[in-house]
Amino acid sequence: MSKVVFKRPKALADVVTHYCPGCSHGIVHRIVAECIDELGIQERTVGVAPVGCSVLAYNYFNVDFFEASHGRAPAVATGAKRARPDLIVFAYQGDGDLASIGMAEIVHACNRGEKFTVIFINNTVYGMTGGQMAPTTMPGQVTTTSPYGRDVNQIGWPIRMCELLSSLKTDGFIARTSAHSPAEIIKTKKAIKKAFELQVANRCFTFVEVLSTCPTNWGMMPIQAQKRIEEELLPYYPLGVFKSPNGDASKS
Amino acid sequence: MAKVLMKGNEALAEAAIMAGCKLFFGYPITPQNEIPEYLSRRLPQVDGGCYLQAESEVAAANMLYGAAGVGERVLTSSSGPGISLMSEGLSYIAGAQLPVVVVNMVRGGPGLGGILPAQSDYYQATRGLGHGDFRVLVLAPSTVQEAADLVMDAFDLADKYRSPVMVLGDGLIGQMMEPVEFKKKEKVELPPKTWAATGYKGDRERSIINSLYLDPLELEENSWRLKARYDAMGRDELRWELTNCEGDYDVLITAYGSTARICKTVIETLKKQGISVGLFRPITLFPYPYKQLRDAAQKAKTVFCVEMSTGQMLDDVKLALEGSRPTQFYGRTGGIIPTPDEIIGQIEKILKGEEVDKR
Repeated sequence: MSKVVFKRPKALADVVTHYCPGCSHGIVHRIVAECIDELGIQERTVGVAPVGCSVLAYNYFNVDFFEASHGRAPAVATGAKRARPDLIVFAYQGDGDLASIGMAEIVHACNRGEKFTVIFINNTVYGMTGGQMAPTTMPGQVTTTSPYGRDVNQIGWPIRMCELLSSLKTDGFIARTSAHSPAEIIKTKKAIKKAFELQVANRCFTFVEVLSTCPTNWGMMPIQAQKRIEEELLPYYPLGVFKSPNGDASKS
Repeated sequence: MAKVLMKGNEALAEAAIMAGCKLFFGYPITPQNEIPEYLSRRLPQVDGGCYLQAESEVAAANMLYGAAGVGERVLTSSSGPGISLMSEGLSYIAGAQLPVVVVNMVRGGPGLGGILPAQSDYYQATRGLGHGDFRVLVLAPSTVQEAADLVMDAFDLADKYRSPVMVLGDGLIGQMMEPVEFKKKEKVELPPKTWAATGYKGDRERSIINSLYLDPLELEENSWRLKARYDAMGRDELRWELTNCEGDYDVLITAYGSTARICKTVIETLKKQGISVGLFRPITLFPYPYKQLRDAAQKAKTVFCVEMSTGQMLDDVKLALEGSRPTQFYGRTGGIIPTPDEIIGQIEKILKGEEVDKR
């Protein structure tokens, strides 16, 4: 007797994505879809896609979707969730979208305690537009608009969103995970599931940052890119839960 | 329902609730603050109602996008500088074919400008509200009563055309108090919002609220689909008012909103002196009642456009006339409201065959 041990989640559309080989988007999409399936919320889930590599995310999930303008996904999600609190709303954003042009929207949505979920893909670069410097680009990192490497004396240090958002007093669930290894992917799933569970329970604003690879714009092979997260990103972007609705915070 | 004495901004806000508006997102700016202030009290009393002060007009417009996208009736209000910030969101809203109602209580511009009444956002409202091939239906009230009535209609029109509708007032309409009667509107038959993103249950296609079309043929298709709606508005939604146009007149005034109201006083005053002047007041500024203005101008030797701007609607007046009549223009702006005497002085010049003052 054979049995199915691995299959496509119902909430994930059976289509070919446009993502590059070795990119973390596919992994995180799958995790989000698995969480939607496991919580049985597909019929009342609405996603909000950003501007960036995941601009076409609305083609990849079997749920209703919005395509937002650049950086405004938390405002769109606010409008949808406030109008229909019974819906499960998630915004899916990259680092240029969320931490640069959309800084005001994410900070205020978090501060208002909007009861939706934000999945934040941090790959330290603008992917879709071809590898420009992002607010999360690492010091010294060469991009198409920082050809001499990010100079922190000119442009400042990379912005750590979890640390910034968890400084706000309003209740929330704020965590940073990584998609660079199987063990960390399992932890990412755990954090995203927790975020959706808290939304289903109508508890608080929920935010999961996932350190992600961009082999194409980093100019690396996928294995090298995973290694870069471990060696370069983790020391600056520590993983862990920065804030929980009951007030506890534990950094791993 | 009995008449009540209310400020224009508050009357408009109450009318929105009567029209079934459930949500308001906005940001403080003078001279429209009484709208959010009123709704921050009233909307929490409404079943499913939500008032939310956004962090900026940029965010407010995108909250509108979210709320309209799940199928609810939603309102925002602002004034020039804030409407500029909403441009981005309104373009997306138009592209994604979402119904929203936007109120602009116009103040003097450009830039931070001033806080007093003006009509200097006419171009913005009728031509330049955002990037891309889109327009919005623009309704211009000239009394508090009309502001309340038009806001109620605005929600139906937005739903009918799946398009933003703008109520273009000015600081005067917003701030003045007048008796207003909230008339119970007859229910308009509207198509169900099957396109709303309310959760995919497998009984319809997935709803994607979107303005992105990477295929140029699809984008072109969407632009022509929008254009067809604007053409339909031009056929079916034109509104205008004629005053003192039954008899003969040498001068036909064109003016909208508060300025038209001042011009009615001008007409009454001149009547007593035995001078007959007509008034053509467009109520829809987009679509503009071009043919109706051209017809009303048949009897006139001169068409005299009066605005609280340096001459913006004047373009539409000239488009309407197609060169068939000479035009003269008188404008005050920056927050200055022209007096009836000022306008009468200009009409006397026109009647003597002289040029009017530039201002």
